Amino acid sequence: MKKRRKLGRGVAIVGAGMSKFGMFADKNSKDLFAEAFNEMLASIDKGVDPGEIDALYLGNFSNDFFMHQSHWGPIITDLIGITPKPATRTEGACASSALAFREGVFAIASGFYDIVLVGGLEEMSKRSTEEVAEGLALATVPYEGTAGFTFPGVFGAIATAYFAKYGANREHLMNVTIKSHSNAPLNPKAQFPLTIRDMMNKKIESAKKKGVDTPQWSDEKDFLKDPRANPVVAWPMHLYDCCPISDGASCMLLVAEDIAKNFTDDPIYLAGMGQGSGRGLHACDDLTYFEATRYAAKEAYEMSGLKPNDVQFAEVHDCFSIAELLHIEDLGFFEPGEGYKAVADGLTRLDGSKPINTSGGLKCKGHPVGATGISQLYEIWTQLKGKAGNRQIPISDLRVGGAHNLGGTGGTCTFTILERR
Amino acid sequence: MEERPFSDISFEKYLNEEKLMGNRCKQCNALFIPPRPICIACHSTDMNWVEMSGKGKLSAYTCISIGPSFMRAEGYDRHNPYCSGVVELEEGARVDARIEGVDPKEPENINVGMSLRVKFLHREDHKTYLAFEPV
Ligand SMILES: [Zn+2]
Repeated sequence: MKKRRKLGRGVAIVGAGMSKFGMFADKNSKDLFAEAFNEMLASIDKGVDPGEIDALYLGNFSNDFFMHQSHWGPIITDLIGITPKPATRTEGACASSALAFREGVFAIASGFYDIVLVGGLEEMSKRSTEEVAEGLALATVPYEGTAGFTFPGVFGAIATAYFAKYGANREHLMNVTIKSHSNAPLNPKAQFPLTIRDMMNKKIESAKKKGVDTPQWSDEKDFLKDPRANPVVAWPMHLYDCCPISDGASCMLLVAEDIAKNFTDDPIYLAGMGQGSGRGLHACDDLTYFEATRYAAKEAYEMSGLKPNDVQFAEVHDCFSIAELLHIEDLGFFEPGEGYKAVADGLTRLDGSKPINTSGGLKCKGHPVGATGISQLYEIWTQLKGKAGNRQIPISDLRVGGAHNLGGTGGTCTFTILERR
Repeated sequence: MEERPFSDISFEKYLNEEKLMGNRCKQCNALFIPPRPICIACHSTDMNWVEMSGKGKLSAYTCISIGPSFMRAEGYDRHNPYCSGVVELEEGARVDARIEGVDPKEPENINVGMSLRVKFLHREDHKTYLAFEPV
Protein backbone atom coordinates (compact mmCIF):
# COMPACT_ATOMS: atom_id res chain seq x y z
CA MET A 1 0.00 0.00 0.00
CA LYS A 2 1.38 3.43 -0.92
CA LYS A 3 2.02 5.48 2.22
CA ARG A 4 0.97 9.08 2.02
CA ARG A 5 3.28 10.77 4.56
CA LYS A 6 1.79 14.23 4.01
CA LEU A 7 0.52 16.68 6.61
CA GLY A 8 -3.11 17.82 6.70
CA ARG A 9 -1.75 21.36 6.75
CA GLY A 10 1.73 22.86 6.82
CA VAL A 11 3.62 23.82 9.97
CA ALA A 12 6.04 26.73 10.50
CA ILE A 13 8.51 27.60 13.25
CA VAL A 14 8.19 31.23 14.31
CA GLY A 15 10.45 31.31 17.36
CA ALA A 16 13.12 29.27 19.11
CA GLY A 17 15.26 29.39 22.24
CA MET A 18 17.67 27.33 24.26
CA SER A 19 19.40 27.75 27.60
CA LYS A 20 23.14 27.69 27.84
CA PHE A 21 24.19 24.02 28.17
CA GLY A 22 26.57 22.97 30.95
CA MET A 23 26.77 21.69 34.52
CA PHE A 24 24.95 24.17 36.71
CA ALA A 25 25.02 23.71 40.50
CA ASP A 26 22.83 26.80 40.96
CA LYS A 27 20.14 26.25 38.28
CA ASN A 28 17.39 23.64 38.07
CA SER A 29 15.24 22.39 35.19
CA LYS A 30 12.69 25.20 35.66
CA ASP A 31 15.37 27.92 35.59
CA LEU A 32 16.81 26.44 32.41
CA PHE A 33 13.43 26.12 30.71
CA ALA A 34 12.57 29.72 31.63
CA GLU A 35 15.85 30.80 29.99
CA ALA A 36 14.94 28.96 26.77
CA PHE A 37 11.33 30.17 26.83
CA ASN A 38 12.24 33.84 27.30
CA GLU A 39 14.71 33.69 24.42
CA MET A 40 12.05 32.01 22.26
CA LEU A 41 9.52 34.78 23.02
CA ALA A 42 12.08 37.49 22.24
CA SER A 43 12.94 35.81 18.92
CA ILE A 44 9.41 36.30 17.53
CA ASP A 45 9.61 39.52 15.49
CA LYS A 46 5.96 40.52 15.88
CA GLY A 47 5.54 38.92 19.30
CA VAL A 48 3.10 36.40 20.72
CA ASP A 49 0.78 36.47 23.71
CA PRO A 50 1.73 33.30 25.68
CA GLY A 51 -1.95 32.98 26.56
CA GLU A 52 -2.56 32.09 22.90
CA ILE A 53 -0.46 28.89 23.17
CA ASP A 54 -2.83 25.92 22.78
CA ALA A 55 -0.69 23.12 24.21
CA LEU A 56 2.78 22.00 25.31
CA TYR A 57 4.64 18.88 24.19
CA LEU A 58 7.70 18.31 26.35
CA GLY A 59 10.53 15.82 25.86
CA ASN A 60 12.27 14.47 28.95
CA PHE A 61 14.15 11.20 29.21
CA SER A 62 14.67 10.55 32.88
CA ASN A 63 14.48 13.45 35.31
CA ASP A 64 12.55 10.80 37.27
CA PHE A 65 15.86 9.00 37.82
CA PHE A 66 18.20 11.99 37.80
CA MET A 67 16.10 14.36 39.98
CA HIS A 68 13.57 11.98 41.60
CA GLN A 69 10.84 14.10 40.05
CA SER A 70 8.52 12.89 37.31
CA HIS A 71 5.52 14.47 35.53
CA TRP A 72 7.25 17.55 34.09
CA GLY A 73 4.50 18.69 31.70
CA PRO A 74 2.29 20.56 34.19
CA ILE A 75 5.33 21.83 36.11
CA ILE A 76 6.38 23.63 32.94
CA THR A 77 2.91 24.91 31.94
CA ASP A 78 2.70 26.40 35.45
CA LEU A 79 6.23 27.86 35.17
CA ILE A 80 5.43 29.74 31.97
CA GLY A 81 1.90 30.69 33.01
CA ILE A 82 -0.22 28.75 30.52
CA THR A 83 -2.02 26.42 32.98
CA PRO A 84 -4.63 24.87 32.45
CA LYS A 85 -3.50 24.35 28.84
CA PRO A 86 -2.71 20.67 28.19
CA ALA A 87 0.81 19.28 28.51
CA THR A 88 2.06 15.94 27.20
CA ARG A 89 5.45 14.43 27.93
CA THR A 90 7.31 12.37 25.31
CA GLU A 91 10.10 9.88 26.01
CA GLY A 92 12.45 8.40 23.43
CA ALA A 93 15.70 8.36 25.43
CA CYS A 94 18.11 10.91 23.90
CA ALA A 95 15.55 11.60 21.15
CA SER A 96 12.78 12.61 23.59
CA SER A 97 12.34 16.20 22.40
CA ALA A 98 12.50 15.31 18.69
CA LEU A 99 9.40 13.25 19.50
CA ALA A 100 7.83 16.29 21.23
CA PHE A 101 8.46 18.28 18.05
CA ARG A 102 6.75 15.60 15.96
CA GLU A 103 3.73 15.44 18.28
CA GLY A 104 3.42 19.23 18.07
CA VAL A 105 3.51 19.02 14.28
CA PHE A 106 0.81 16.31 14.21
CA ALA A 107 -1.39 18.35 16.58
CA ILE A 108 -1.30 21.36 14.26
CA ALA A 109 -1.45 19.36 11.03
CA SER A 110 -4.61 17.64 12.26
CA GLY A 111 -6.28 21.02 12.57
CA PHE A 112 -6.92 20.61 16.30
CA TYR A 113 -4.45 23.28 17.49
CA ASP A 114 -2.97 26.37 15.79
CA ILE A 115 -0.16 27.42 18.17
CA VAL A 116 1.88 24.79 20.00
CA LEU A 117 4.96 25.03 22.22
CA VAL A 118 7.40 22.12 21.93
CA GLY A 119 10.42 21.73 24.17
CA GLY A 120 12.78 19.49 26.09
CA LEU A 121 14.77 19.47 29.30
CA GLU A 122 17.15 17.34 31.34
CA GLU A 123 19.04 17.96 34.56
CA MET A 124 21.89 15.46 34.99
CA SER A 125 24.84 17.10 36.73
CA LYS A 126 23.48 16.81 40.29
CA ARG A 127 24.26 13.07 40.13
CA SER A 128 27.67 11.36 40.20
CA THR A 129 29.21 10.13 36.94
CA GLU A 130 28.46 6.52 37.96
CA GLU A 131 24.82 7.37 38.67
CA VAL A 132 24.43 9.17 35.33
CA ALA A 133 25.99 6.19 33.53
CA GLU A 134 23.56 3.89 35.34
CA GLY A 135 20.64 6.17 34.38
CA LEU A 136 21.62 6.31 30.72
CA ALA A 137 22.14 2.55 30.65
CA LEU A 138 18.41 2.20 31.34
CA ALA A 139 18.03 2.95 27.62
CA THR A 140 20.24 0.14 26.28
CA VAL A 141 18.85 -3.21 25.10
CA PRO A 142 18.52 -5.81 27.91
CA TYR A 143 20.93 -8.43 26.46
CA GLU A 144 23.63 -5.79 26.04
CA GLY A 145 23.56 -4.87 29.72
CA THR A 146 24.05 -8.44 30.95
CA ALA A 147 27.02 -8.89 28.60
CA GLY A 148 28.66 -5.94 30.40
CA PHE A 149 28.07 -3.38 27.66
CA THR A 150 27.81 0.25 28.70
CA PHE A 151 26.61 3.05 26.41
CA PRO A 152 30.15 3.92 25.28
CA GLY A 153 30.78 0.17 25.05
CA VAL A 154 28.04 -0.35 22.45
CA PHE A 155 29.44 2.46 20.32
CA GLY A 156 32.99 1.16 20.86
CA ALA A 157 31.92 -2.23 19.49
CA ILE A 158 30.25 -0.54 16.51
CA ALA A 159 33.54 1.28 15.87
CA THR A 160 35.52 -1.99 15.75
CA ALA A 161 33.04 -3.41 13.22
CA TYR A 162 33.29 -0.21 11.11
CA PHE A 163 37.11 -0.25 11.28
CA ALA A 164 37.22 -3.92 10.22
CA LYS A 165 34.78 -3.47 7.34
CA TYR A 166 36.07 -0.20 5.86
CA GLY A 167 39.72 0.11 6.96
CA ALA A 168 39.20 3.19 9.15
CA ASN A 169 41.12 3.66 12.41
CA ARG A 170 41.23 5.79 15.57
CA GLU A 171 42.72 8.76 13.72
CA HIS A 172 39.51 9.03 11.72
CA LEU A 173 37.54 9.35 14.95
CA MET A 174 39.97 12.06 16.07
CA ASN A 175 39.15 14.04 12.92
CA VAL A 176 35.51 14.19 14.04
CA THR A 177 36.49 15.39 17.53
CA ILE A 178 38.92 18.03 16.24
CA LYS A 179 36.31 19.33 13.77
CA SER A 180 33.55 19.60 16.42
CA HIS A 181 35.91 21.38 18.81
CA SER A 182 36.85 23.87 16.08
CA ASN A 183 33.17 24.96 15.80
CA ALA A 184 32.43 25.07 19.54
CA PRO A 185 34.22 28.34 20.46
CA LEU A 186 31.92 30.09 17.97
CA ASN A 187 28.82 28.93 19.87
CA PRO A 188 28.06 31.03 22.99
CA LYS A 189 25.71 28.30 24.32
CA ALA A 190 28.32 25.52 24.17
CA GLN A 191 29.42 23.66 27.30
CA PHE A 192 33.03 23.34 26.01
CA PRO A 193 33.74 26.39 23.83
CA LEU A 194 37.37 25.37 23.29
CA THR A 195 39.38 23.95 20.41
CA ILE A 196 41.58 20.91 21.07
CA ARG A 197 44.55 23.29 20.70
CA ASP A 198 43.04 25.50 23.47
CA MET A 199 42.70 22.42 25.69
CA MET A 200 46.36 21.48 25.06
CA ASN A 201 47.54 24.98 25.92
CA LYS A 202 45.48 24.99 29.12
CA LYS A 203 47.07 21.71 30.25
CA ILE A 204 50.56 23.03 29.46
CA GLU A 205 49.89 26.27 31.38
CA SER A 206 48.57 24.38 34.39
CA ALA A 207 51.63 22.04 34.39
CA LYS A 208 53.94 25.10 34.28
CA LYS A 209 52.08 26.69 37.22
CA LYS A 210 52.34 23.51 39.29
CA GLY A 211 56.03 23.28 38.40
CA VAL A 212 55.64 19.70 37.11
CA ASP A 213 57.03 18.35 33.79
CA THR A 214 55.49 20.26 30.91
CA PRO A 215 53.76 17.85 28.53
CA GLN A 216 55.01 17.91 24.94
CA TRP A 217 52.57 17.22 22.11
CA SER A 218 53.49 17.75 18.46
CA ASP A 219 49.87 18.37 17.36
CA GLU A 220 46.21 17.70 18.24
CA LYS A 221 46.36 14.02 17.30
CA ASP A 222 49.48 13.53 19.38
CA PHE A 223 47.52 14.99 22.32
CA LEU A 224 44.52 12.73 21.66
CA LYS A 225 46.81 9.66 21.47
CA ASP A 226 48.26 10.42 24.94
CA PRO A 227 46.41 8.15 27.41
CA ARG A 228 47.04 10.61 30.26
CA ALA A 229 45.29 13.40 28.38
CA ASN A 230 42.69 11.20 26.72
CA PRO A 231 42.07 8.01 28.73
CA VAL A 232 40.15 5.04 27.39
CA VAL A 233 36.49 4.70 28.41
CA ALA A 234 35.40 1.72 26.29
CA TRP A 235 38.04 1.00 23.68
CA PRO A 236 38.23 2.43 21.06
CA MET A 237 36.06 5.16 22.66
CA HIS A 238 38.24 7.51 24.68
CA LEU A 239 37.24 10.52 26.78
CA TYR A 240 37.33 12.86 23.75
CA ASP A 241 35.09 10.52 21.74
CA CYS A 242 32.27 10.91 24.30
CA CYS A 243 29.74 13.67 24.94
CA PRO A 244 29.65 15.19 28.43
CA ILE A 245 27.07 15.18 31.26
CA SER A 246 24.91 18.28 30.88
CA ASP A 247 21.94 20.29 32.07
CA GLY A 248 19.84 22.29 29.64
CA ALA A 249 16.50 23.13 28.05
CA SER A 250 15.25 24.09 24.59
CA CYS A 251 11.94 25.09 23.00
CA MET A 252 10.26 26.24 19.77
CA LEU A 253 6.93 27.77 18.87
CA LEU A 254 5.13 25.93 16.06
CA VAL A 255 2.14 27.46 14.27
CA ALA A 256 -0.10 26.57 11.34
CA GLU A 257 1.53 27.70 8.10
CA ASP A 258 -1.41 29.94 7.14
CA ILE A 259 -0.99 32.14 10.26
CA ALA A 260 2.83 32.12 10.38
CA LYS A 261 3.17 35.63 8.89
CA ASN A 262 1.18 37.03 11.84
CA PHE A 263 4.27 36.31 13.96
CA THR A 264 7.21 36.94 11.63
CA ASP A 265 7.90 37.92 8.03
CA ASP A 266 10.52 35.18 7.90
CA PRO A 267 9.12 31.88 9.19
CA ILE A 268 11.09 28.65 8.82
CA TYR A 269 8.99 25.79 7.44
CA LEU A 270 8.93 22.08 8.13
CA ALA A 271 9.79 20.35 4.84
CA GLY A 272 9.99 16.73 5.89
CA MET A 273 10.29 14.47 8.91
CA GLY A 274 10.73 10.81 9.68
CA GLN A 275 11.15 8.51 12.64
CA GLY A 276 12.38 4.93 12.84
CA SER A 277 12.87 2.21 15.44
CA GLY A 278 15.89 -0.03 15.82
CA ARG A 279 16.92 -3.17 17.67
CA GLY A 280 19.80 -4.45 19.76
CA LEU A 281 23.27 -5.00 18.36
CA HIS A 282 22.93 -8.78 18.25
CA ALA A 283 19.80 -8.57 16.09
CA CYS A 284 21.14 -6.07 13.50
CA ASP A 285 21.83 -7.29 9.97
CA ASP A 286 25.04 -5.28 9.97
CA LEU A 287 26.77 -3.40 12.78
CA THR A 288 27.99 -0.51 10.60
CA TYR A 289 24.73 1.36 10.07
CA PHE A 290 21.62 2.35 12.02
CA GLU A 291 18.46 0.85 10.56
CA ALA A 292 16.33 3.44 12.43
CA THR A 293 18.29 6.38 10.99
CA ARG A 294 17.97 5.05 7.44
CA TYR A 295 14.22 4.58 7.88
CA ALA A 296 13.77 8.07 9.39
CA ALA A 297 15.76 9.59 6.52
CA LYS A 298 13.75 7.74 3.86
CA GLU A 299 10.49 9.05 5.35
CA ALA A 300 11.79 12.62 5.59
CA TYR A 301 13.12 12.62 2.02
CA GLU A 302 9.87 11.14 0.67
CA MET A 303 7.71 13.66 2.52
CA SER A 304 9.81 16.65 1.42
CA GLY A 305 10.61 15.51 -2.11
CA LEU A 306 14.20 16.51 -1.32
CA LYS A 307 17.35 14.45 -1.79
CA PRO A 308 20.42 14.16 0.46
CA ASN A 309 22.26 16.59 -1.84
CA ASP A 310 19.56 19.23 -1.29
CA VAL A 311 20.23 19.27 2.47
CA GLN A 312 22.98 21.90 2.66
CA PHE A 313 24.01 21.29 6.27
CA ALA A 314 22.97 19.17 9.24
CA GLU A 315 23.18 18.54 12.93
CA VAL A 316 23.70 14.81 13.54
CA HIS A 317 23.65 12.90 16.81
CA ASP A 318 27.33 12.58 17.79
CA CYS A 319 26.87 11.11 21.29
CA PHE A 320 30.11 9.32 20.36
CA SER A 321 32.49 10.21 17.54
CA ILE A 322 31.80 6.96 15.64
CA ALA A 323 28.06 7.77 15.59
CA GLU A 324 28.69 10.89 13.47
CA LEU A 325 30.49 8.78 10.83
CA LEU A 326 27.63 6.28 10.60
CA HIS A 327 24.92 8.94 10.49
CA ILE A 328 26.42 11.03 7.69
CA GLU A 329 26.41 7.81 5.66
CA ASP A 330 22.94 6.66 6.79
CA LEU A 331 21.44 10.06 5.92
CA GLY A 332 22.78 9.65 2.37
CA PHE A 333 25.31 12.50 2.49
CA PHE A 334 28.14 10.05 1.77
CA GLU A 335 28.24 6.45 0.54
CA PRO A 336 28.63 3.67 3.14
CA GLY A 337 32.31 3.47 4.11
CA GLU A 338 33.06 6.91 2.66
CA GLY A 339 32.05 9.05 5.66
CA TYR A 340 35.43 8.85 7.40
CA LYS A 341 37.19 9.92 4.22
CA ALA A 342 34.85 12.90 3.80
CA VAL A 343 35.62 14.06 7.35
CA ALA A 344 39.37 13.58 6.76
CA ASP A 345 39.08 15.70 3.60
CA GLY A 346 37.43 18.53 5.58
CA LEU A 347 34.07 18.31 3.75
CA THR A 348 32.12 18.47 7.05
CA ARG A 349 33.91 21.53 8.41
CA LEU A 350 32.09 24.86 8.82
CA ASP A 351 33.60 25.98 5.50
CA GLY A 352 33.26 22.58 3.81
CA SER A 353 30.73 21.48 1.19
CA LYS A 354 28.51 19.76 3.82
CA PRO A 355 28.92 21.41 7.23
CA ILE A 356 28.02 18.97 10.04
CA ASN A 357 27.39 19.99 13.66
CA THR A 358 28.15 23.69 13.31
CA SER A 359 26.96 24.02 16.93
CA GLY A 360 29.92 21.91 18.09
CA GLY A 361 27.65 18.88 18.28
CA LEU A 362 26.71 16.97 21.40
CA LYS A 363 30.44 16.52 22.07
CA CYS A 364 31.07 20.24 22.70
CA LYS A 365 27.67 21.92 22.89
CA GLY A 366 26.61 19.42 25.58
CA HIS A 367 23.96 16.70 25.73
CA PRO A 368 21.19 17.25 28.29
CA VAL A 369 19.46 14.28 26.69
CA GLY A 370 15.81 15.39 26.74
CA ALA A 371 16.71 18.88 25.45
CA THR A 372 19.01 17.74 22.64
CA GLY A 373 16.54 17.09 19.79
CA ILE A 374 15.04 20.57 19.84
CA SER A 375 18.45 22.16 20.47
CA GLN A 376 19.58 20.59 17.17
CA LEU A 377 16.54 22.08 15.42
CA TYR A 378 17.36 25.39 17.14
CA GLU A 379 20.78 25.33 15.42
CA ILE A 380 19.19 24.65 12.01
CA TRP A 381 16.65 27.46 12.60
CA THR A 382 19.43 29.84 13.72
CA GLN A 383 21.55 29.12 10.64
CA LEU A 384 18.58 29.40 8.24
CA LYS A 385 17.63 32.75 9.82
CA GLY A 386 21.24 33.98 9.33
CA LYS A 387 21.55 34.55 13.09
CA ALA A 388 24.52 32.23 13.78
CA GLY A 389 27.06 35.03 14.18
CA ASN A 390 30.67 33.85 13.91
CA ARG A 391 29.62 30.31 13.09
CA GLN A 392 27.25 31.33 10.28
CA ILE A 393 27.78 28.92 7.37
CA PRO A 394 29.46 30.85 4.53
CA ILE A 395 26.92 29.86 1.86
CA SER A 396 25.02 32.86 0.44
CA ASP A 397 21.75 31.04 -0.28
CA LEU A 398 21.24 28.86 2.78
CA ARG A 399 17.77 27.34 2.45
CA VAL A 400 17.65 23.71 3.63
CA GLY A 401 19.06 22.05 6.76
CA GLY A 402 18.40 18.80 8.62
CA ALA A 403 18.55 17.60 12.22
CA HIS A 404 19.14 13.96 13.12
CA ASN A 405 18.47 12.74 16.66
CA LEU A 406 19.19 9.26 18.06
CA GLY A 407 17.79 7.69 21.23
CA GLY A 408 19.44 4.91 23.21
CA THR A 409 21.76 2.75 21.15
CA GLY A 410 19.74 3.43 17.99
CA GLY A 411 16.32 2.32 19.22
CA THR A 412 14.65 5.62 18.27
CA CYS A 413 15.93 7.86 15.46
CA THR A 414 14.43 10.93 13.81
CA PHE A 415 15.39 13.09 10.87
CA THR A 416 13.74 16.48 10.37
CA ILE A 417 14.29 18.81 7.42
CA LEU A 418 13.61 22.55 7.74
CA GLU A 419 13.54 25.07 4.91
CA ARG A 420 13.48 28.79 4.35
CA ARG A 421 11.25 29.78 1.45
CA MET B 1 12.57 -31.90 24.33
CA GLU B 2 10.36 -30.48 27.09
CA GLU B 3 8.18 -27.51 26.16
CA ARG B 4 9.60 -24.38 27.69
CA PRO B 5 8.15 -21.04 26.63
CA PHE B 6 10.25 -19.10 24.09
CA SER B 7 11.30 -16.44 26.58
CA ASP B 8 14.31 -14.67 28.04
CA ILE B 9 13.77 -16.59 31.29
CA SER B 10 13.92 -19.96 29.50
CA PHE B 11 17.08 -18.80 27.67
CA GLU B 12 18.71 -17.96 30.99
CA LYS B 13 17.66 -21.30 32.53
CA TYR B 14 19.27 -23.12 29.62
CA LEU B 15 22.47 -21.08 30.07
CA ASN B 16 22.48 -22.21 33.67
CA GLU B 17 22.36 -25.81 32.35
CA GLU B 18 25.28 -24.97 29.99
CA LYS B 19 23.12 -25.04 26.89
CA LEU B 20 23.10 -22.23 24.33
CA MET B 21 19.55 -22.41 22.99
CA GLY B 22 17.76 -20.52 20.25
CA ASN B 23 14.54 -21.16 18.37
CA ARG B 24 13.70 -21.68 14.74
CA CYS B 25 10.47 -20.71 12.96
CA LYS B 26 8.72 -23.78 11.53
CA GLN B 27 7.09 -21.68 8.83
CA CYS B 28 10.05 -19.75 7.40
CA ASN B 29 13.10 -21.35 9.04
CA ALA B 30 14.37 -18.05 10.57
CA LEU B 31 16.69 -18.56 13.57
CA PHE B 32 16.57 -16.47 16.76
CA ILE B 33 18.83 -16.32 19.79
CA PRO B 34 17.81 -15.35 22.43
CA PRO B 35 14.52 -16.99 21.45
CA ARG B 36 11.53 -14.93 20.34
CA PRO B 37 7.85 -15.72 20.94
CA ILE B 38 6.91 -14.22 17.55
CA CYS B 39 8.86 -14.74 14.31
CA ILE B 40 9.97 -11.27 13.13
CA ALA B 41 10.28 -12.53 9.54
CA CYS B 42 6.78 -14.05 9.05
CA HIS B 43 5.00 -13.35 12.40
CA SER B 44 4.33 -17.06 12.98
CA THR B 45 4.35 -18.38 16.56
CA ASP B 46 5.06 -21.95 15.47
CA MET B 47 8.61 -22.50 16.72
CA ASN B 48 11.13 -25.22 17.69
CA TRP B 49 13.96 -25.03 20.22
CA VAL B 50 17.40 -25.62 18.67
CA GLU B 51 20.72 -26.02 20.45
CA MET B 52 23.70 -24.05 19.07
CA SER B 53 27.08 -25.71 18.59
CA GLY B 54 28.75 -22.94 20.61
CA LYS B 55 31.25 -22.13 17.84
CA GLY B 56 31.44 -18.66 16.32
CA LYS B 57 33.58 -15.70 15.41
CA LEU B 58 33.95 -12.19 16.79
CA SER B 59 31.90 -9.52 14.94
CA ALA B 60 32.66 -6.54 17.19
CA TYR B 61 34.15 -5.89 20.62
CA THR B 62 35.02 -3.25 23.18
CA CYS B 63 37.32 -3.18 26.22
CA ILE B 64 35.55 -1.34 29.01
CA SER B 65 37.37 0.63 31.70
CA ILE B 66 34.29 2.14 33.37
CA GLY B 67 31.67 -0.58 33.81
CA PRO B 68 28.27 -0.88 35.46
CA SER B 69 28.05 -1.57 39.21
CA PHE B 70 27.76 -5.37 38.85
CA MET B 71 31.01 -5.46 36.84
CA ARG B 72 32.75 -3.12 39.27
CA ALA B 73 31.68 -5.51 42.04
CA GLU B 74 33.57 -8.27 40.18
CA GLY B 75 36.71 -6.14 40.44
CA TYR B 76 36.77 -4.54 36.99
CA ASP B 77 37.92 -0.92 36.68
CA ARG B 78 40.25 1.31 34.64
CA HIS B 79 43.27 -0.72 35.84
CA ASN B 80 41.50 -4.00 35.13
CA PRO B 81 39.26 -3.58 32.05
CA TYR B 82 37.07 -6.33 30.60
CA CYS B 83 36.00 -7.24 27.08
CA SER B 84 32.41 -7.46 25.78
CA GLY B 85 31.58 -8.42 22.23
CA VAL B 86 29.10 -9.47 19.58
CA VAL B 87 29.65 -13.04 18.37
CA GLU B 88 28.38 -14.48 15.10
CA LEU B 89 27.53 -18.15 15.68
CA GLU B 90 28.29 -20.70 13.00
CA GLU B 91 24.51 -21.16 12.63
CA GLY B 92 24.35 -17.51 11.45
CA ALA B 93 22.68 -15.65 14.36
CA ARG B 94 24.54 -13.24 16.64
CA VAL B 95 24.70 -12.92 20.44
CA ASP B 96 26.06 -10.36 22.92
CA ALA B 97 28.57 -11.91 25.29
CA ARG B 98 31.52 -11.42 27.60
CA ILE B 99 34.80 -12.24 25.86
CA GLU B 100 37.26 -14.11 28.07
CA GLY B 101 40.78 -15.33 27.42
CA VAL B 102 41.91 -12.14 25.66
CA ASP B 103 43.92 -9.26 27.14
CA PRO B 104 41.61 -6.24 27.47
CA LYS B 105 44.66 -4.05 28.17
CA GLU B 106 45.90 -4.80 24.64
CA PRO B 107 42.70 -4.20 22.67
CA GLU B 108 44.54 -3.78 19.38
CA ASN B 109 45.61 -7.42 19.59
CA ILE B 110 42.00 -8.61 19.64
CA ASN B 111 40.73 -9.21 16.10
CA VAL B 112 37.31 -9.02 14.52
CA GLY B 113 36.84 -12.39 12.82
CA MET B 114 38.76 -14.46 15.41
CA SER B 115 37.34 -17.93 16.15
CA LEU B 116 35.65 -18.42 19.50
CA ARG B 117 33.85 -21.08 21.48
CA VAL B 118 31.20 -20.74 24.16
CA LYS B 119 31.95 -20.63 27.88
CA PHE B 120 29.39 -20.43 30.69
CA LEU B 121 30.21 -18.10 33.59
CA HIS B 122 28.32 -19.23 36.70
CA ARG B 123 27.88 -16.65 39.43
CA GLU B 124 27.31 -17.03 43.13
CA ASP B 125 23.69 -15.91 42.80
CA HIS B 126 23.04 -18.93 40.49
CA LYS B 127 22.78 -16.78 37.36
CA THR B 128 24.93 -17.65 34.38
CA TYR B 129 26.53 -15.23 31.96
CA LEU B 130 27.13 -16.11 28.35
CA ALA B 131 30.80 -15.80 27.45
CA PHE B 132 33.13 -16.85 24.64
CA GLU B 133 36.86 -17.51 24.54
CA PRO B 134 39.38 -18.01 21.72
CA VAL B 135 39.56 -21.55 20.33
ZN1 LIG C 1 8.91 -17.18 10.38
